[in-house]
Amino acid sequence: MSRPILLKGGRVIDPSRNADAVADVLIEDGKVTAVGSGIGGPDESIVRDVSGLVVAPGLVDVHVHVREPGNEDEETVATAARAAVAGGFTAVCAMPNTDPVTDNQAAVGFIVRQSVRAGLARVYPIGAISVGQRGEQLAEMGEMVGAGAVAVSDDGKPVVSGHLMRTALEYARTFDIPVADHCEEPTLAAGGAMHEGLVSARLGLKGIPAAAEEIMVARDILLAELSGGHVHLCHMSTRGSVDLIRRGKERGIRVTAEVTPHHLSLDHTACEHYNTNAKMNPPLREQPDIEALRQGLREGVIDCIASDHAPHAYDEKEAAFDHAPFGIIGLETAFAVAHTTLVLGGALSLGELISRMSTIPAKVFHLPGGSLRPGASADVCVLDVTTPWTVDPARFHSKSRNTPYGGRTFTGRAVLTIAGGRVVHEGEAAAAR
Amino acid sequence: MTPAPPTLGKDLVGLEFLSADQIRLILDTAEPFKEVSERQIKKVPALRGKTIVNLFFEASTRTRISFEFAEKRLSADTVNVAASGSSVSKGETLVDTAKNLEAMRIDMVVMRHGASGAAQFLGDRIRSNVINAGDGKHEHPTQGLLDMLTIRDHHGTLEGVKVCLVGDILHSRVARSNLWGLTKLGAQVAVCGPRPLLPRGIEDFGVTVFSRIEAAIEWADVLNVLRLQLERMEGGFIPSLREYFRVFGVTMDRLERAPRPLTIMHPGPMNRGVEIESRVADGPHSVILDQVTNGVAVRMAVLYLLAGGRPELADAAKSGPSE
Amino acid sequence: MTRASEKQTLLDARALARALQRMAVEITELAHGTDGLVLVGIQRRGVELAERLAGIIEREEGARVPRGALDITLYRDDLEVVGPRPVIGETRLPEDLTGKHVFIVDDVLYTGRTVRAALDELADFGRPKRISLCVLIDRGGRELPIQADIVGKQAKVGAKEFVEVLIAELDGKDEVNLVSRR
Repeated sequence: MSRPILLKGGRVIDPSRNADAVADVLIEDGKVTAVGSGIGGPDESIVRDVSGLVVAPGLVDVHVHVREPGNEDEETVATAARAAVAGGFTAVCAMPNTDPVTDNQAAVGFIVRQSVRAGLARVYPIGAISVGQRGEQLAEMGEMVGAGAVAVSDDGKPVVSGHLMRTALEYARTFDIPVADHCEEPTLAAGGAMHEGLVSARLGLKGIPAAAEEIMVARDILLAELSGGHVHLCHMSTRGSVDLIRRGKERGIRVTAEVTPHHLSLDHTACEHYNTNAKMNPPLREQPDIEALRQGLREGVIDCIASDHAPHAYDEKEAAFDHAPFGIIGLETAFAVAHTTLVLGGALSLGELISRMSTIPAKVFHLPGGSLRPGASADVCVLDVTTPWTVDPARFHSKSRNTPYGGRTFTGRAVLTIAGGRVVHEGEAAAAR
Repeated sequence: MTPAPPTLGKDLVGLEFLSADQIRLILDTAEPFKEVSERQIKKVPALRGKTIVNLFFEASTRTRISFEFAEKRLSADTVNVAASGSSVSKGETLVDTAKNLEAMRIDMVVMRHGASGAAQFLGDRIRSNVINAGDGKHEHPTQGLLDMLTIRDHHGTLEGVKVCLVGDILHSRVARSNLWGLTKLGAQVAVCGPRPLLPRGIEDFGVTVFSRIEAAIEWADVLNVLRLQLERMEGGFIPSLREYFRVFGVTMDRLERAPRPLTIMHPGPMNRGVEIESRVADGPHSVILDQVTNGVAVRMAVLYLLAGGRPELADAAKSGPSE
Repeated sequence: MTRASEKQTLLDARALARALQRMAVEITELAHGTDGLVLVGIQRRGVELAERLAGIIEREEGARVPRGALDITLYRDDLEVVGPRPVIGETRLPEDLTGKHVFIVDDVLYTGRTVRAALDELADFGRPKRISLCVLIDRGGRELPIQADIVGKQAKVGAKEFVEVLIAELDGKDEVNLVSRR
C-alpha cells in the first residue's frame, strides 16, 4: 500500500468537471479523495509542491504499437508503458498488429498480464477485427473482450472488404466497443511512400493521394450509418476527411476520429532530402490539410489526439526512402508537440487540449480515466507548460529512436506521473522540488 | 581579379540543386574531352591511380559502358559490381555496401539503384565521390547533361530553345534531370504524354503541357523522346503499346507537318515502333548517336571535376605558376 | 588595401618583335629549313607566340608552316593539389606528328614541369623525329633536367618575382615585365 500523496498549489484542470483553478489534490489508496484549496492530508502523506505547474488527469493514448509479441527489439509492453508515463500518459491502447497477431483471448490476456507486471501506464489491448488481420474472417470478438480487449482494429492495414467492415460494426454493437479502421484504399495507395503532390513529384517517389483515405472514410461512415455501430477513424490526415466526418456527425452517425500530433504540425516538405523519419502512413500532407485538422479538432469533429506510436529498429529506418518502414514514435513528444503547436499557436486553450488528450479519448473508448473527480482512480499527470526543453532521442525511455523531432525545442512536458496512486515517472526538475 | 570558378562539391546526385554556373562548367569542360575521344590514343593521365567502382543495382549496358570508357580514358582503375536485383533490393544492403566501399578506400563510386534518393543516401555516408547514374525515378544527371550538351551543339545555345519531353514523364528520371537542367539554362520546357503518365501538378514546375503530340511538334525545336516501358501497360497506365504509338508516336508523317525542322533525341535504348518510328530514329534530324558520343565526354568531365584536387594542399603547392 | 607590386620592363614592344625575329631565324636554322617543321604552342600564350613565329618564318621562307595548340592541363603532375579544377583549353594538332621536327613554343620556361607534361602528351599523338623547345623567356629555376634550344631572353628572376608576358592578341599590348609580389 503506497503512502498518500498531496499535490499542493497546482493549477488543476479537470475537463470532466469543467474545472480550472489552483487547488490541492489528495490521493489515497489509489484514488483521488479530495480536490480543493487548503486540504490537508494524513501525517504520512508525501507532500509535493506543484505550484506553477498544471495538474491534469493522466493522458490517454488510444493508438499505440507495442511490438510485443514478435518485435521485442523495437519495443515491449513494459518499455511502451515506461515511455507512456514519461509522456504523461497513464493509459494507452495497444494495436494488435503484433507477431503473431493479437486475434484471440490468449493473446489479449498476455498483453493484460504484461501490463500488470510492468505496473506503469495501463496498457489496454485492442483485438484484431479479422483472424491474422487477413481481412477474411471475423476474430472472436466476444472472447477477446472477455479477456480485456477494449476495441477491435486491423490497424496497420485497411479493412478492404465492405462486407467484413459492416459485419464487424454490427457484431461489435453486442459488446459496445468501437471498431477502429485504418482508412486506405489499397489500389490507390499501393507502392506509395509519401503524399502525392509536388514534393513527391520532385523526389521521384510514388505518392499516396488524399483520395485514398477519403474514399474509405466515406465508406466507413456510411457503414456506421447502415449498421448502427460505432466506427472510430484512426490517424486522420486530410481536409476532405474532416469534411466527411463533420457531415457524418451532423447526421447523427456514430463516428469518432483521432489525429496525431505530427499530422497537426508537419507537412510533406519534411520528407525532403529523403528523411525517413518523416515517413509514415498516412503520410504528412499539405498546409491546408493541417489547418483543416486543427479546425476539426477545435470543433470536436476530430475527437481526440492519439500518437500512433510506431517503434522501428534504427537500421530499418537507415535505408533508401522507398525501403524504409512507415511510422514514427510519439509517446514521449506527443504532449510537447501538441501543446507548442496548438496551445501556444492559439488554436486551442490548455483545457481544451487536455480534454482531447485525456477525458475525451477515455470516453470514446469507454475507459476509466480522464477525470480527477473524487473517487476516480488516481491517474494524474503534472505538466510543466512554461519551461522549454529540447528533444534528445538518446534519452527516450522507448527502445526506439525514430522521431523527426530530435534536436527541436518545445514547451510542455510531464514532470510527474501518478498511476493508480503510485508515482511512476518523475522528471529531473520535479525531483528537486 | 577573376572570380573563383564554381566547384561541384563532393557528389553529383542530381541537377535540381546545381546552379546554372555549375552546369555550364560541366558542359564547357566536356568540350576538350570530346577531342580526347577523337585521338588515336584515347587516354589522358588525369585520373591516374584513382579507383572507381561502377555499382549497378539495376541492369544497364549502355550507361555502364559509357562510364567505363570515360573512366578508362582518364586512366583510372575501374571495377564493375553488378548486384542482382533480388538480393540487394533492400536498403540494409545499401548501408553495408557503403561501409564496405569506405573500408576499401575507393575514390569514386558510380551508382545506379532502383530507389529514389539512393545516391544521396550513399553520398551522405561515404567519403568517396558519388556519381548518380540513375536513382529510382528521381534523377539521371549525366544523361540530362549530355542531352543539354547535344542541344547546345546543334542550336548554339540553350537559352530560349523549345524542348519537349515526350512520353512517360511520371516514371522518368531522365525527364526530371532534363527539366531541372534545361530550365536553369534558360530553355523553354514542355511535356507531352498520356495524362496518367504525367505527374500531377507538373505545370507548377514552369512547364507547358501538351496532350497531343501534334501540338507538341508544332511548338518545339527539340523533341526528347523517352522510352516507354512494357510495365506501364501492365500497370494499367495505358491500354496498349500499339495505341500509344498511334496516338503519341513520333512518326515521319507527323514530323513532316512540322513548321520547322526538329532535332530528335532519345536517351536509349529505343523501342522502335512504340515511342519512335524507325525512319525518324535513323533519319536526318536524329542526333541520337551524337548523344552517345557526348555521353562519354560529359562523364569524363564530371569525373574530372569531382576528383578535384584538395584545396588545402593547393596553398602549399602555390609558389607561382609552375612553368 | 594591397600594396602595388613593383614592375620592371624586360622587353618592350620593339624588343619583343626583335627577339621573335631572331628566334624565327634560329628555328629555321635548327630545323634546316621548313620541311617537316611543326610549331606547337602551349596554351595559352605559347599558342599566340607560335602563330607569330610561324607567320615570320612563312614570310621569310615563302613556305607554309603548320602550327598547333596543346593544352597540358590533363597531364599536369600537380592535378591532385591544385584545388578547384583548372579550365581545360583546346588541343588541336595540325597533322600526324610522326617523323616531323616539332618545336614546342611557350612564353616562360621556369621549373620545366609544363614542358614535361607537353612531352608526355605529344607522345600520345605520334612519334616525332625530333622535338625542340623554343621559349620567349628563360627564368632559370629548373626542377627537372630540361633545357630550351632557342631562348628569346634569359632573365634572373627571384622566388618572390614572376614574369608577366603580355601579348597584343590577348592583352592589348606587347610587353614582358618582371613583377615583384609583395
